[in-house]
Amino acid sequence: MKFSARSLFANALSGHENWPEQFPNKEPKKEYDVVIVGAGGHGLGAAYYLASKYGITNVAVVEKGWLGGGNTGRNTTIIRSNYLFDESARIYDHALDLWDGLSQELNYNVMYSKRGVLMLAHNVHDVQSFKRHVHANRLNGVDNVWLSPEECQKIVPFLDISQNRRYPVMGGAFQQRGGVARHDSVAWGYARGASKLGVDIIQNCKVIGIRRGADGAVEGVETEKGFIGAKKIGVSTAGNSSVLMEMAGLRFPLESYPLQALVSEPVKPIVPCVIMSNAVHAYISQSDKGELVIGAGTDQYTSYSQRGALHIVEHTIMSICEIFPIFRRMRMLRNWGGIVDVTPDRSPILGKTPVQGLYVNCGWGTGGFKATPGAADMLAYTIAHDAPHKINAPYNLDRFVGGRLIDEAAAAAVAH
Amino acid sequence: MMLIHCPYCDEKRPEIEFAYAGEAHIVRPNAAEQQAMDDVEWSKFMFIRDNKRGEHCERWWHANGCNMYFNAVRNTVTDKFIKSYKIGQKRPSAAQIQKWKDQANG
Amino acid sequence: MGDFRKTGKGVIDTQQPVSFTFDGKSYSGFKGDTLASALLANGVHLMGRSFKYHRPRGPVGAGFEEPNALVTVTRGKGRMTPNLRATAIEIYEGMMASSQNRWPGLGFDIGAFNNTFSAFFPAGFYNKTFMWPKSFWDKVYEPFIRNMAGLGPAPTEVDPDVYGAVYGHCDILIIGSGPAGLAAALAAAKKDQRVILVDENVNMGGSLIGAGHVSIDEKSASDWVAKALKDLNKADNVVLMTRTSAIGYYHDNFVALAERLTDYIPEAQIGKTREKLHRIRAGKVILAQGAIERPLVFNGNDKPGVMLTSAAQTFLNKYGVAVGKEVAVFTAHDSAYSAAFELADSNVRIAAIIDAREGVSAELISAAEGRGIDVHIGSVISKTGGKKRVRSVEVYEPVHNTQKTIACDALLMSGGWTPSLHLWSQSKGSIKWDEAKGVYLPDLANENCVCIGSCNGDFGIKAALDAGSKAGGGRKVYKTDEPVFGSGQVFDHLPNYIKPSKTKAFVDFQNDVTDKDIKLAVREGFKSIEHVKRYTTNGMATDQGKLSNLNALEIAAKALGKQAPQVGLTTFRPPYTPTTFGTFCGYRTDDLFEVTRKTAIDPWAEAQGAVFEPVGIWRRAWYFPKAGEDMHAAVARECKATRDSLGIFDASTLGKIEVVGPDAAKFMNIMYTNPWSKLGVGACRYGLMLGENGYIYDDGVVGRIAEDRFHVTTTTGGAPRVYRHMEDYLQTEFPELDVWLTSTTEQWSVIALNGPNARKLIEPFVEGIDLSPEAFPHMNVREGKICGVPTRLFRVSFSGELGFEINVPSHYGRAVWETLFAAGEQFDITPYGTETMHVLRAEKGFIIIGQDTDGTVTPQDAGMSWIVSKKKKDFVGKRSLQRSDLVAEGRKQLIGLLTDDPKTVLEEGAHIVADPDQSIPMDMLGHVTSSYWSESLGKSIAMALVKDGFNRMGDDLYIPMEGGVTHKAKVVKPVFYDPKGERLNVV
Repeated sequence: MKFSARSLFANALSGHENWPEQFPNKEPKKEYDVVIVGAGGHGLGAAYYLASKYGITNVAVVEKGWLGGGNTGRNTTIIRSNYLFDESARIYDHALDLWDGLSQELNYNVMYSKRGVLMLAHNVHDVQSFKRHVHANRLNGVDNVWLSPEECQKIVPFLDISQNRRYPVMGGAFQQRGGVARHDSVAWGYARGASKLGVDIIQNCKVIGIRRGADGAVEGVETEKGFIGAKKIGVSTAGNSSVLMEMAGLRFPLESYPLQALVSEPVKPIVPCVIMSNAVHAYISQSDKGELVIGAGTDQYTSYSQRGALHIVEHTIMSICEIFPIFRRMRMLRNWGGIVDVTPDRSPILGKTPVQGLYVNCGWGTGGFKATPGAADMLAYTIAHDAPHKINAPYNLDRFVGGRLIDEAAAAAVAH
Repeated sequence: MMLIHCPYCDEKRPEIEFAYAGEAHIVRPNAAEQQAMDDVEWSKFMFIRDNKRGEHCERWWHANGCNMYFNAVRNTVTDKFIKSYKIGQKRPSAAQIQKWKDQANG
Repeated sequence: MGDFRKTGKGVIDTQQPVSFTFDGKSYSGFKGDTLASALLANGVHLMGRSFKYHRPRGPVGAGFEEPNALVTVTRGKGRMTPNLRATAIEIYEGMMASSQNRWPGLGFDIGAFNNTFSAFFPAGFYNKTFMWPKSFWDKVYEPFIRNMAGLGPAPTEVDPDVYGAVYGHCDILIIGSGPAGLAAALAAAKKDQRVILVDENVNMGGSLIGAGHVSIDEKSASDWVAKALKDLNKADNVVLMTRTSAIGYYHDNFVALAERLTDYIPEAQIGKTREKLHRIRAGKVILAQGAIERPLVFNGNDKPGVMLTSAAQTFLNKYGVAVGKEVAVFTAHDSAYSAAFELADSNVRIAAIIDAREGVSAELISAAEGRGIDVHIGSVISKTGGKKRVRSVEVYEPVHNTQKTIACDALLMSGGWTPSLHLWSQSKGSIKWDEAKGVYLPDLANENCVCIGSCNGDFGIKAALDAGSKAGGGRKVYKTDEPVFGSGQVFDHLPNYIKPSKTKAFVDFQNDVTDKDIKLAVREGFKSIEHVKRYTTNGMATDQGKLSNLNALEIAAKALGKQAPQVGLTTFRPPYTPTTFGTFCGYRTDDLFEVTRKTAIDPWAEAQGAVFEPVGIWRRAWYFPKAGEDMHAAVARECKATRDSLGIFDASTLGKIEVVGPDAAKFMNIMYTNPWSKLGVGACRYGLMLGENGYIYDDGVVGRIAEDRFHVTTTTGGAPRVYRHMEDYLQTEFPELDVWLTSTTEQWSVIALNGPNARKLIEPFVEGIDLSPEAFPHMNVREGKICGVPTRLFRVSFSGELGFEINVPSHYGRAVWETLFAAGEQFDITPYGTETMHVLRAEKGFIIIGQDTDGTVTPQDAGMSWIVSKKKKDFVGKRSLQRSDLVAEGRKQLIGLLTDDPKTVLEEGAHIVADPDQSIPMDMLGHVTSSYWSESLGKSIAMALVKDGFNRMGDDLYIPMEGGVTHKAKVVKPVFYDPKGERLNVV
């Protein structure tokens, strides 16, 4: 059933009794052309694009829990593409282009809101670094502008721009196309879109092994619901990527860390865009329910517990209140943790693996949500062609051998 | 905030006294070994990590304490420490870890 | 007024009337009232509007789990607090409270329009629409949706209150002070253990407060509680904390408590801590959090006046307030009868008890009938009458299909009890489904933690007391006289003759989630309880599902044809009760957020009117403007004065590490790219440090103080990580080396003197060091005295001029500085800041780590191959430097740039291209890392990282800026001033 104001109206009159399932949960068939492991936004998106763009519809997405239940449903939903390096600009901007028509393409409103992302500079080093980004972005065709403190304040009226503070606002980089989307809707929209094109979505079906043939190529996945054959397997399991790779006998340059986020009680609109402060390391936006959505850095140790420490939360809130003291009287409603997999250069690994038929999309660290459509499309492309697209070609494993890292964090450098 | 046993202080202290320092028992090759390694082998030393779900040998630095680096086995699913031990002690075998767990559970 | 107050009931102080306003109207209550109890005493039930449909709402609970009666309290500038639960805030004289999420008023709210058309806004409606035309999304729909957001008003002013944060330790932490918690505390107190007992309410005692029908050990409940508290207060090993919520349970029995200290005090007291975060490490945690009554899901269950039976009981027993004059009771649990009887015994007319169950004990029925109460067995409520207050209920008996309307002004409901498992679950204790009780209960503990009393399914006061005593280490068996708690039946569905499309039965009150929404979610394929929650927003309101989750689970399970435990339970997340951000900040705000590190000389610079910049954790003098000067003018003057005569600079923030021991030189050989063995005592050398990845990590001048002692300097920001890096290698890779590392950054004040008159200035003040150029050449260090205090005197230069860096113990720094500054008048000594330091070093082509390099630059890229030892077999980063991509052609290399127009100062961060006419995306070669106006050279200078830069010497490159302006610049060697270094040798 097509979603529209008209269908909503018609269904209202029939008591909403006739809506069909958005994404039927299937039992696995014996074999598929492609099995995607992990029904997050990236994995479901890859299945959708395999079917819609690359003509492969005999696809299953297997998920150990419920679809969208990992980092897709746990992140702070920030979308932006103002990265420094050409490789990053290409993949994130590709994602942004796809975000822009995604609701219409999926016939599912994912609530992508271009409210803008403002990154505040608090010291001379920030200014140099952000301007470096702005200039690189401009020549790469990525929107991102430098704003004076006064211009920042025009966008965020409650911003304190007095210069005698511990972290004065010395300007900011602003990307208007950046913003937020409704995270769950992205997973659901892709799931519905993929289902309609014939993709089987199989939830509560944990993968416990990857079967390889005598020639080393993959033959399928062992799951809690039995063996599912497939000559091509795409793994898109975020925090659990190391575990999946090990099933195929591969060791990866990944470490998984807890990442926490929190929301406040809902209040009337106040935060007009996404605001990030790298120097104090915290960021904030406001959801369409009115909650302040706040995130920060990872806990220090590797963990799969989906649980973090109180002192990290304390520091996150402290940081937000340092930059925005008017929020000190707000109350925290909910705090949760996810698992992020981090590579040595904090850029993803997206492409083929040393195992024939095994493809991987991992290592997005704290920034995977914004890349969802781009990563999904690139994973689908790579699987369909058994070769990477030029956009994701640099995100190979070989870069860790030769040393051609895509190190955005290092380029942002350290204080001198 | 976890409580971490420092084997040098022989005390359990709160996590904020410590800095995590990555996987343990990754021995840096000596000069000759380095030169004998090709880029692939070198990259394994540099970047490949166990990142295990379950018992993980890792390094901690008692930065705001006795200033010593030490190793510990921790379950990365429950975040429970099984045992911490001094630098120089060799990687515990699975049997050893099981023994420590049995001891901990009385 | 006062009509609803019952004399002789409640623990309020009727001698102390308190007046307050709600939505501008004045009311009176008593000390001890909550806002809700005081309003109910005045007959006011309408206190709020729901989130989505703006339906009129009154309190449904009587405590912290309240989803409906949310208000905003204002108490002066910056003290506006939205979303407070009227049922949990204490009134005080002059309190100003107002309702929220309504316009223009609570009685008439335009937003209620949504309610009229609610059929078009089912769960997930927004996913299905607002997509056409596409252009409308950004400009029309999305801003509109955003404007509908929120409950209470957003803050607009800075909160003037202060908050606190402390750590605490105890043997036993008991959370909840009902019968279970109190009994546990009494037992534990006798065991000589440090006990902390916390409760989020004002008074301890929980359900025992004002419980007139209960006696314990022959005492009335009130007397027993009073005696228990007296005993506990006397025990010096027990700490009692009220108004304190246990908000989070973290690793290893680490529990966060939030204590509220001032919100109930009439005048806001500036300086008094408003809330305090207690972070408690407990040996054992006893959770006695009780259970929360479950609403029934039926048509019209959200009208003001409809509330939980236990809430009405609390209002009566704690506050002496009857919630109505004619009260109907709708239940599926025996416990509602005793509540009804308490009301009846307080002269509240019970209009009827409607019991959804078929089988109810004869004793309860006869007890009801003895009080003249009609009991309708096997009946349900099919609808409720009234708009802003319930006025009647329609009782529907499905077997005979009869309906009967009964007038009432309040309706109590009881769908059974949900044990509070929040903290247990946060501790990662497992839970199990109890089929008999229809609830989840604690199963296996993950920490040293037990659940007791009704949160463990031990319902009833005796059961709670005995469990408490046992958990506290006692063996006491209590004797009680109490109403039978009884049992109940869980209904996933209540029958109704009215078509579902004509009904509204709410599950999540605040978020307006109905049973139909949950069924719709299931119908549309949302089959996990997490999916149901996210699709419908059930359980995401400010009560976090405390009232709604179990009902939603039952309805979803029924729709799925499964048992509740097969559908799962959403995760319990901290905090248990919404907690003020300020409480998490504690005292760590403003100046105490992060202490700004200042050097010993900083106050002098401040007195001179220096402008400061934050650098890492430090603040540093940026420049010293004279009257009328901007930064540009001040820096030009400072540069010129330094090159012409003498500049003085506070370099104290430089990181310093003392590397000591017989193997110190060996260790230095490992840590730095260049060799150290042959460096003579008294000599200095510039050192470059790499990460193991081969990229430049840090740099600094190192002096050899003795055969076994190096004075190492690092960058200002790099000091902590360089120290850690060194300790890491020393302890874990080279433990055989006999070396000791000490961070000495703060032990030394460092005064840099640069300029041709530097030596002349210090000569008269130095003792024990021959300053002659022959005896003390450039790049040497000597120990002696200056101005009578010990010094390590370095002859080094980061400006290209004759230079000295005077290290003195930091507390002498300011005195030495002031002495030299006074003596420097003859040389027109000029203080300069970091900006001038940067210009002077750039003129010489000296790099700043983190500005001219980032984490991707090798020594070769930076033009510093000379510093990488070819002979050393090993140093950190050596092997990585040989990797294929690090030795590849065409890497970005550090070069100098001179603009065509010498007046043009390039922007740092600007990007460089070979062909300015290409279309976007352009092929970028690199970027400008440093760029300044050089007063000494009369032109601009710049450094840049450019692809294949070393092979582009003399080439013209382009820097395209915004608005079509393109600068042209020539690639040169990055040494602009005194390339031969002759100025170092000024005599």
